[in-house]
Amino acid sequence: MTLLTVAVLIAAGSFLAGMLGALTGLGGGIIVVPMLTLLFHVDLRYAIGASLVSVIATSSGAAAAYVREGYTNVRIGIFLEVATTIGALAGAALSSVIPTSALAVLFAIVLLYTAVRSFQQRDEHPSNDPPHPWAVKLRLNGSYPVKGEMVPYTVQGVGSGFAIMGLAGMLSALLGIGSGVVKVLAMDRRMRLPFKVSTTTSNFMIGVTAAASAGVYLHRGYIVPTIAFPVMLGVLAGALTGARVLARTSTGKLRTLFTGVVTILALEMLYKGVTGAL
Amino acid sequence: MTDSARPTRWTDHQVEQVIGRLLQFGVLLATIVVVVGMTGLLATHSGPAADHRVFVGVAPELRSLGAILHGAFAGHPEAITQLGLVLLIATPIARVALTLVAFVVQRDRLYIGLTALVLALLLWGLLRG
Repeated sequence: MTLLTVAVLIAAGSFLAGMLGALTGLGGGIIVVPMLTLLFHVDLRYAIGASLVSVIATSSGAAAAYVREGYTNVRIGIFLEVATTIGALAGAALSSVIPTSALAVLFAIVLLYTAVRSFQQRDEHPSNDPPHPWAVKLRLNGSYPVKGEMVPYTVQGVGSGFAIMGLAGMLSALLGIGSGVVKVLAMDRRMRLPFKVSTTTSNFMIGVTAAASAGVYLHRGYIVPTIAFPVMLGVLAGALTGARVLARTSTGKLRTLFTGVVTILALEMLYKGVTGAL
Repeated sequence: MTDSARPTRWTDHQVEQVIGRLLQFGVLLATIVVVVGMTGLLATHSGPAADHRVFVGVAPELRSLGAILHGAFAGHPEAITQLGLVLLIATPIARVALTLVAFVVQRDRLYIGLTALVLALLLWGLLRG
């Protein structure tokens, strides 16, 4: 196949991944890496490099819209980025000693977890309890607009939230994904942030986390322009299209489709990882 | 109203607005550079696409910031595409830098420290790897 044919095929697959990721809110990175390795037979490390670039593109592209709504909590973002960035650099260091077959198995586990989570409702339990003492010291508590009024919220579980974010950063670097599912776990469940605050703040952090390991991988030669450009353009176009049509589609069937795709990819990654075919 | 007419200390909301624009600009600029490089790549490339089954790592000219800039200004399409990708990686880093400026203006010592730490880690990754 010529370069043009390969690029068009990769861009088309990435477009679908980006659209599905935006529509389900779970991100496209988790589909891009298995697509590149299983369908296009690209080495896992090149796939991770290309995927990280696309994660940065969608996160930064979507952030501009979120920012206008005024939900992002910059202090929570920066505080947790300390954890995700350190986690990402540690993950990038680890990735040079972990065999790719082990990474494929880890990827399969994260895919399966994502599939399970995508069927569970996210429960919102915003908290009126007194905030965690660190939340006061770090001035993390904030307020967000609900029907034109600013509603205050308090932050819980600062320590465990910070630790889980470190893990999210490490997974992001090891697997080339945004780790949105893990970030949501930390921010919704442990820190008890309102949905709109956790979603927008998490999106903001995803780009910074991915940039940390992408920088390291650039030097290691993981980022190949001929693979990364169709992935970046495809995912970005898909995500923008997905955000446009989101208002007009029911997400129920899409969620089923997404879960189906993710489960199949997980089983394939698991098989290839265990048999050492990757 | 111009920025100079506003009170000297930025509010968190104003900072977020500027950050939103910066991110949009970064993605747009990176996309334009990538498309320019890509056009050159597709126009000059002949024969089958390279095989990426086995990891060997991309050429050294496409790995460091200096080498990429050098290649891009010499007009090599691969280097121009890679420069676009590097601009994209730099976009969230620029956001952290801008957040740092905002905390400096607000004289928020704790967050100046935390943001500077994040920025240092990011720059170390991008420049030294």
